Amino acid sequence: MKLPAPNALVGGTLIGTLGIVAAVSALWTPYDPLRLSFRAKLAAPSAMHWLGTDEFGRDVLSRLMAGAATSVWISLLTVALAVSLGTVIGLFSGYVRGWVDRTIMAFNDALLAFPGILLALGLLAVVGANKYGIILALGIAYAPSVARIVRGTVLSLREREFISASRVMGNSEGFTMARHILPNCIAPLTVLATSMFGWVLLAESSLSFLGLGVPPPAPTWGNMLAGSRPYIGQAVWLGIFPGLCISLTLLGINLLGDALRDKLDPRMRGAR
Amino acid sequence: MLRFALTRILMSVPTLLIVSVSVFALIRLIPGDPASLMLGDLATPASIADLQARLGLDQSLPVQFGIWFGNLLKGDLGQSINSQQAVLPLILQRFWISAQIVLVAVALASFVAVPAGVLAAWKQDTSLDLSLVAVATLLLSIPTFWLGLLLLLFFGLKLEWLPVVGYVSIAENPVAGILYLIMPIMTLFLHEIGVILRMARASTLEVLRLDYITHARAKGLTESAVLWNHAFKNAFGPTWTLIGLVLGNLLGGIAVVETVFTIPGLGRLLVDSIFARDYPVIQGCMLFVAFTYVLVNLVIDLCYPIFDPRVSAQ
Amino acid sequence: MTSTKPLLEVDGLTLRIGASGRTVVNDVSFSVSPGEIVGIVGESGSGKTLAARAVMGFIPPAVRLISGSIRFDGEEVTTMAPKRLRATRGAKVGMVFQEPMTSLNPSMLIGRQLEEGLALHRKLDAAGRRELILDMLRRVGIRDPEGAFNAYPHQYSGGMRQRIMLASVMLLKPALLLADEPTTALDAVVQRDVMELMVDLTKENGTAVLLISHDLGMVARYCSRIVVMCQGDVVEQGRSEDILARPQHSYTRKLLAAMPHREPARELPDTATPLVSVDGLVVDYGGRQGFFRKEQGKRALHGISLSVKPGEVVSVVGGSGSGKTTLGHAIAGLLKPSGGEIRFNGKPIDKSDAAFWDYRLNCQMVFQDPYSSLDPRMTIGELVGEPLRLVKGMGTAEKKARLQEVLGEVGLGDGFAERYPHELSGGQRQRVAIARAIIRRPSFVIADEPVSALDVTVRAQVLELFAELQKKHGFSCLFISHDLGVVEQVSDRVVVMQDGRIVEEGTRDQIFDAPRHDYTRKLLSAVPGLESTQDGGVRLFWRLADAGGATAIANA
Repeated sequence: MKLPAPNALVGGTLIGTLGIVAAVSALWTPYDPLRLSFRAKLAAPSAMHWLGTDEFGRDVLSRLMAGAATSVWISLLTVALAVSLGTVIGLFSGYVRGWVDRTIMAFNDALLAFPGILLALGLLAVVGANKYGIILALGIAYAPSVARIVRGTVLSLREREFISASRVMGNSEGFTMARHILPNCIAPLTVLATSMFGWVLLAESSLSFLGLGVPPPAPTWGNMLAGSRPYIGQAVWLGIFPGLCISLTLLGINLLGDALRDKLDPRMRGAR
Repeated sequence: MLRFALTRILMSVPTLLIVSVSVFALIRLIPGDPASLMLGDLATPASIADLQARLGLDQSLPVQFGIWFGNLLKGDLGQSINSQQAVLPLILQRFWISAQIVLVAVALASFVAVPAGVLAAWKQDTSLDLSLVAVATLLLSIPTFWLGLLLLLFFGLKLEWLPVVGYVSIAENPVAGILYLIMPIMTLFLHEIGVILRMARASTLEVLRLDYITHARAKGLTESAVLWNHAFKNAFGPTWTLIGLVLGNLLGGIAVVETVFTIPGLGRLLVDSIFARDYPVIQGCMLFVAFTYVLVNLVIDLCYPIFDPRVSAQ
Repeated sequence: MTSTKPLLEVDGLTLRIGASGRTVVNDVSFSVSPGEIVGIVGESGSGKTLAARAVMGFIPPAVRLISGSIRFDGEEVTTMAPKRLRATRGAKVGMVFQEPMTSLNPSMLIGRQLEEGLALHRKLDAAGRRELILDMLRRVGIRDPEGAFNAYPHQYSGGMRQRIMLASVMLLKPALLLADEPTTALDAVVQRDVMELMVDLTKENGTAVLLISHDLGMVARYCSRIVVMCQGDVVEQGRSEDILARPQHSYTRKLLAAMPHREPARELPDTATPLVSVDGLVVDYGGRQGFFRKEQGKRALHGISLSVKPGEVVSVVGGSGSGKTTLGHAIAGLLKPSGGEIRFNGKPIDKSDAAFWDYRLNCQMVFQDPYSSLDPRMTIGELVGEPLRLVKGMGTAEKKARLQEVLGEVGLGDGFAERYPHELSGGQRQRVAIARAIIRRPSFVIADEPVSALDVTVRAQVLELFAELQKKHGFSCLFISHDLGVVEQVSDRVVVMQDGRIVEEGTRDQIFDAPRHDYTRKLLSAVPGLESTQDGGVRLFWRLADAGGATAIANA
């Protein structure tokens, strides 16, 4: 059995671990993430609290685990929303073409003119910062990227001869879309969704860090980092571990994304 | 070429229009009377009525948009609820600070990462290449706010080389001003190296496969002449486009770095105004950043034919 | 023909992928004397390109030199120091590539690219270099050399770019020219012009040529000696006439047999109504509203009229831009014509739904690119069986039986139905495409360059299959191709197109034996005719040697 590429191996391990931790935390964490304890305030990592405690005596490890679950959950839902929305728009636009397509893409491009998290920030100002608000804001902010890519895929697929063959056969346009075009969009969508999971996770952490994420006392990695700032001199562990978690997760996603892209586009791997 | 430039510029116009409409619509989505929202807690019935008349709230929505857009073109973006300052000058002042950090960081990162990426592609699969890619992947996986925090911890607190909090304008005090900017710039610099290096490497790899590279070698050119005279220019295009995207992303994303280092920049302004429900400023920031992004991309696109002459021939 | 020392001597060259992988070039030996033109013939996977590139020291990183020697002008190339290698390249050995679109740097001015080699190997000042370059550009047929000097490659067509490539390489008057499929990507008419130019230039400068090609006819025409390669081995080599007349190896014989040849003309029953008739067909492209002006649309077809009788094979020939593919797509119903009429069995197809549907069911198409005409996510069985979905009144069992039958007919029997396209070779995929086209037993099949993308021997097999099926089921066929050799083999009647118009039509024999139009004559002059000899060999003869020619200033 051929060993998978190191990219996939390391990336898969990291993401797998994340998934397991997130799932486990729904059932069990060493301590209750919200439990306050004034005795154990700002305790350094020890046998009792493996990763230490924060300024309210809450166990850092438990909070990290709960934060993992929150981040994963929010990111998954956001990616689902963005991909669904974007795919529908992209498919429709690429299918009908003509001035309808051009109009839709004009609006799409305008939304893409809001870089990074800007659109999400604006939407949050309107919908308010809470779990579902974030999903909605980020989902809408990332849908245009998906739409553009799906439309691009549809347009290039239309040029392929098997689409012409389908039409010559007598298949209706609708059937051709469903039977031939849509299934062939799955591969590029998968690569995109994987990368997007990373962008969304980072965006959600950034928003949390800014104070616009899931409201306290619920822990997210971003707001844990934000909260660590006043105590960074005395309780270094508060600033290290949440950031480490985010970085390792993003690293895992990037590696996995690379491995996926390599598999689907082997040209990049070696100069033949 | 001229036709290409004019077409491209004209293509931006609908985008800018729709952006304006979107921002207008966004703020209007907030429940409540727009005038009261704009004036905040300090509103008196008289001032509310006055603003309602000025915004034309008794008229149809398209007319309201017209009035709003007209003001926009005149440079009148309203007044901040909190500080009573005119919005546009406020934004410009803050933008100047953010721009210093972003531009210096991205420029430095490009100068380092582009040659490094090209080199990595040239020596593909050697230990140099693999380590460069590993470092790049690592760097871009670290969120900027954590990286900033770590730098602050190390250089600010442990070594005490650099100031931890605050900001001084370079115009007032050049030396101190620069000291305050070093860490934010370094944070962004390190992060963007990762992004830019990978792109430069990928597009160089694409180009090195092509026949004209072998043809250049077949003429008897040295490897480095082949790389820099032939491969580089053609490979740079996609990286150039990426740099535009990076600049745009940072216009919004710099808020987190500004938060870590307490820099009074544009990102921080936007976030603060969201907390304070300072709607005129929120609106102004969004418009400003989006417009700037469109402009940046326009410049990037207009320069593209330098790297790929085929583009302007369409 | 002086017995001088060989310029290039390849001896026992063996190349492998990785240290212990597949052997791609196996113990290959051949030589080239000064001023000689030697051809290496082989299909894909023969190793010919790798062997040729190795001569210049271009061995890809994944490939290892296991053993053998390459001696160029007395020096050993395989162990040459990089500096010496670089001095040799360009000055002593030049290389011309296949793809005109990617062989010139798109972002560098043509003049500058051509100057590079000169500046490296010759002691001349800028003015001297410029003059040499302008002269050479003129020599290769570029009408405005000064303009070309300051232009970018994308401003020129494929044929022109190959001429510029030749100029670039021949500027340095190398002793040896490696030409790797130099004209394969070019139009038929342009091909001959460029080849003649190359032969003239090299003769003028005493340059030897190593010509690599899959086209045995072209190699036989221009080369004095031929090396035949198959799967990494040299199976035969010798003088061209000898190889053709008395082929020793079975593979060489196979190659010769695969070359298209003329079958005796068929007698077809005369019917009153043609099966398909096209009348004054007009197709326009483009015509978009730009920002500044309304862009003029282009007229791709200027009123085409032709007809196809039941059971007849009509070929449409022409170069790129002739409109033949557009014609095929329009007749297949993939394009909406701006004018004219298509009739099926006498009834216009656009007048009623029923008529159109009748046409749809009975007209099918085989496409050119076997890598793009099959949905990669469907199995072969699903792909071939898909058209049956639209046949009313056919039960599942019946459909299954028909699928089996058709797969058997095209030679894809057991087990193929569950496989996916990417598991099949190009030839097998075309068989799938053919099976899919005939599964509804159509009366009319449009074949758009069905074998152009295939290797020569595979091409012969697929053509044979097609002819068999056509005879068995009696469908009419519109066969679109740029390759006159293939056309000679399969057609009953031939229609020649140029620039969206029909310039000549007639029976196969008429067109090939007595062509009237200039363009037809030019096309024919590029294609060899075959005559079988006694010992299982062939003799090639070239028609109309006076038609066209490279010395004329090129306009393609």
